[in-house]
Amino acid sequence: MKKLSKTAKSSLITYGIVVVAYLVCEILMKTGHMSSLMKGILVPLCIYAILAVSLNLTVGILGELSLGHAGFMCVGAFAGAVFSKCTAEIITVPGLRFVLALLIGIVCAGICGILIGIPVLRLKGDYLAIVTLAFGEIIKNLVNAIYFGIDKNGMHFSLKDSMSLGMEPDGVIIIKGAQGITGTPTDSNFTIGTILLLITLFIVIHLVHSRTGRAIMAIRDNRIAAESIGINITKYKILAFSVSAALAGAAGVLYAHNLSTLTALPKNFGYNMSIMILVFVVLGGIGSIRGSMIAAVVLTLLPELLRALNEYRMLIYAIVLIVIMIFTWSPGGIALRERYLPAKLFHKREKEVQ
Amino acid sequence: MGVLEVKNLGISFGGLRAVDDFNLAVEKGQLYGLIGPNGAGKTTVFNMLTGVYKPNDGKIMLDGEDITGRSNIEINKAGIARTFQNIRLFSDLTVLDNVKAGLHNQKEYIYSTLTGILRLPRYFQAERAMDERAMELLKVFDLDQEASYKASNLPYGKQRKLEIARALATNPKLLLLDEPAAGMNPNETQELMDTIRFVRDEFHMTILLIEHDMKLVAGICEKLTVLNFGQVLSCGDTSEVLKDPKVITAYLGE
Amino acid sequence: MSFISYLLNGISLGSVYAIIALGYTMVYGIAKMLNFAHGDVIMIGSYVAYIAISNMGLPIPVSILLSVIVCTVLGVVMEKVAYKPLRQASKLAVLITAIGASYFLQNIALLLFGANTKSFASVVNMEPIQLAGGQLIISGETIATVVACLVIMACLMTFMKYSKAGHAMLAVSEDSGAAQLMGINVNATISLTFAIGSALAAVAGVLLCSAYPALTPYTGAMPGIKAFVAAVFGGIGSIPGAFIGGILLGVIEILSRAYISSQLSDAIVFSVLIIVLVVKPTGLLGKQIQEKV
Repeated sequence: MKKLSKTAKSSLITYGIVVVAYLVCEILMKTGHMSSLMKGILVPLCIYAILAVSLNLTVGILGELSLGHAGFMCVGAFAGAVFSKCTAEIITVPGLRFVLALLIGIVCAGICGILIGIPVLRLKGDYLAIVTLAFGEIIKNLVNAIYFGIDKNGMHFSLKDSMSLGMEPDGVIIIKGAQGITGTPTDSNFTIGTILLLITLFIVIHLVHSRTGRAIMAIRDNRIAAESIGINITKYKILAFSVSAALAGAAGVLYAHNLSTLTALPKNFGYNMSIMILVFVVLGGIGSIRGSMIAAVVLTLLPELLRALNEYRMLIYAIVLIVIMIFTWSPGGIALRERYLPAKLFHKREKEVQ
Repeated sequence: MGVLEVKNLGISFGGLRAVDDFNLAVEKGQLYGLIGPNGAGKTTVFNMLTGVYKPNDGKIMLDGEDITGRSNIEINKAGIARTFQNIRLFSDLTVLDNVKAGLHNQKEYIYSTLTGILRLPRYFQAERAMDERAMELLKVFDLDQEASYKASNLPYGKQRKLEIARALATNPKLLLLDEPAAGMNPNETQELMDTIRFVRDEFHMTILLIEHDMKLVAGICEKLTVLNFGQVLSCGDTSEVLKDPKVITAYLGE
Repeated sequence: MSFISYLLNGISLGSVYAIIALGYTMVYGIAKMLNFAHGDVIMIGSYVAYIAISNMGLPIPVSILLSVIVCTVLGVVMEKVAYKPLRQASKLAVLITAIGASYFLQNIALLLFGANTKSFASVVNMEPIQLAGGQLIISGETIATVVACLVIMACLMTFMKYSKAGHAMLAVSEDSGAAQLMGINVNATISLTFAIGSALAAVAGVLLCSAYPALTPYTGAMPGIKAFVAAVFGGIGSIPGAFIGGILLGVIEILSRAYISSQLSDAIVFSVLIIVLVVKPTGLLGKQIQEKV
């Protein structure tokens, strides 16, 4: 049918953008036209794009505000890194090791999503936002307090210090509290990141345009009506939330394998990170998958491009945020852009939203 | 045996007895009206019938099956669908998707989340079948031209129709309409009356409706129950009930 | 004895949270928005007081007054410039704007005052009280903070209950559309709320930095979040709720830091919040609103 081909076309464009961007970057890299700074930011770009796309599932499609996305990323990162470090000598094929670590990270984050989702998704709006924020902070805090090691007697846990693990001399300490995990094999690269992003897009886009996605969006638009036509609210809320969490876990695994040292800091897994991802989602257009991805890339590049402005760059970033919001949402801003910009730029979405 | 048998239904909110000793019997294929002044408890009855509220006393039988106290999801699966006084559409979904959401629990269209993500053949088959069925329903309500519109962009009258179409998509035994003509002009009401009659004949549907528009009630309902202060005031054939002095007093005052 | 002194520390910290939470809760009640930048107003207030005292050598009461004035103006301007155009916008858009405002304040402070930690001199010069033969010492800051919090609470409650502006605030928080139709100046009421909230933030900032003297551009962020948690904990929109929530939060934080683990104290605070909300989804004193079918 006509409509089907339209959504199919739209998703093909999204995949196309990713592939083209990937090829351009690869060519620039091969021909030596890319600064080392840019090279270093390629994998993070994939990570942020995955995070934004996955958070959009919760915020845009399910319509619930979550400020704890970085918490799920943290779970995935640590689960994956622990696995890779433990098996670094057993599994010598980096690709296989990474895939296994990825699965473990996804499953752990997904389970966390279910465990958190069951009690918490009864809450609404700002209450849900603050609870998810709290959850993210708890995860970060716990991870900073965990000591974990392996020796010939098996595994040892502690929440105090590495001495209290009571390890044999041959043992290896995997997680050293606030110092985190060091020596994770750096198995990820830009190609893997791009593939993961494509898989994430594939999952989210197909989920949205299916029976399940329709049920989730029905709940978002009108919970009471959704119940009246027999849609199981709890089931679909938790499904959307945990898929979103699991994908954030995947981004976490990617993050952990991009650096050899993994620590849980406010910067990478704190609420500030969750907020940053939310900013990507909102600026990309709530519910627009492609928009989330593009916003993640642009807004990650923006501070880097502004690096010349040094200390002013975060200030400019803040102003840009406020100005964009006022421009797109305030009555004055709407009038202004209706007068001076072609309507198509902003209003084409009206009918397209499925 | 009627499609819907309600015996001694009652509910209290705090100390307030909102509905008391409510009885109702609706036969298959009947167009049944539930009327009464504002605040009489009509919508509360609907909410109990659909599981939004749990009744304190009484029994609800649907097609011989006791559905008292079940959740609204289970009751919908058992065969009661409804519309709402204040329209509740999935406003950001398309008109077509609103109806397809109504088909959610129909066996022939069910497929798993994983099938959807992996786009297995079952996905395409079920989606195509859903599209066909949904378009059929939309045609009944003359909404097929607007299938790709966002539901919130429909004019008011068509939104009401879409809500009925969505309810019918769940393949109910009994359809509850809560003030379907509210906010409609006389022309739209006339058209709605034809549609309701058409739905009853075409789908062999049993319909119970709440309405204030007496022209609509007198025009299409075969039987009426009048509710006042949570209690049944009168019940019987429409023409007789509307002549009942008690009913006239309740509506017009002494 | 040590338990009592921990408890007092907890109440003291809790009082600071309560003062911040009062601002949060009032703004939320009226404007129905999470003012993420509230925590950063605290930080600005502390910097103003710091500069007034340490650099300009102004007397302490004048410095505090200056800090209150600057924050009040800041709050009102912030509302006018960033939030007012977005009254009709989606909640998320307002939230993002508030986040933008928060980043803005942090980075302005970074530019103006630098990244290095300033050591804030206490504004309270009161001798500690010694009880039980010197075993229990109550610091001047503790007393000042608790007293300030109680006074502010009492003033706010009286203001809301007896003043015309207070009634207007209640009306706007209940239904701003209806309040407007009744002739209440909604814009002025919202501005007033921001003004009061920000003035409270300045007081809280000075008290916080007197007890915990390290001042950086990020000083306000975490107490801001915690106070927000306190407001939600007590039932957002409720003034007594913010007070109870703040005190409880402070006590839980200090006690768990002392007896369980300093590493995990934040995790414990947040876990308690989650448990409270799961059991009572609108907080301790929050109103339950059921959607009518």
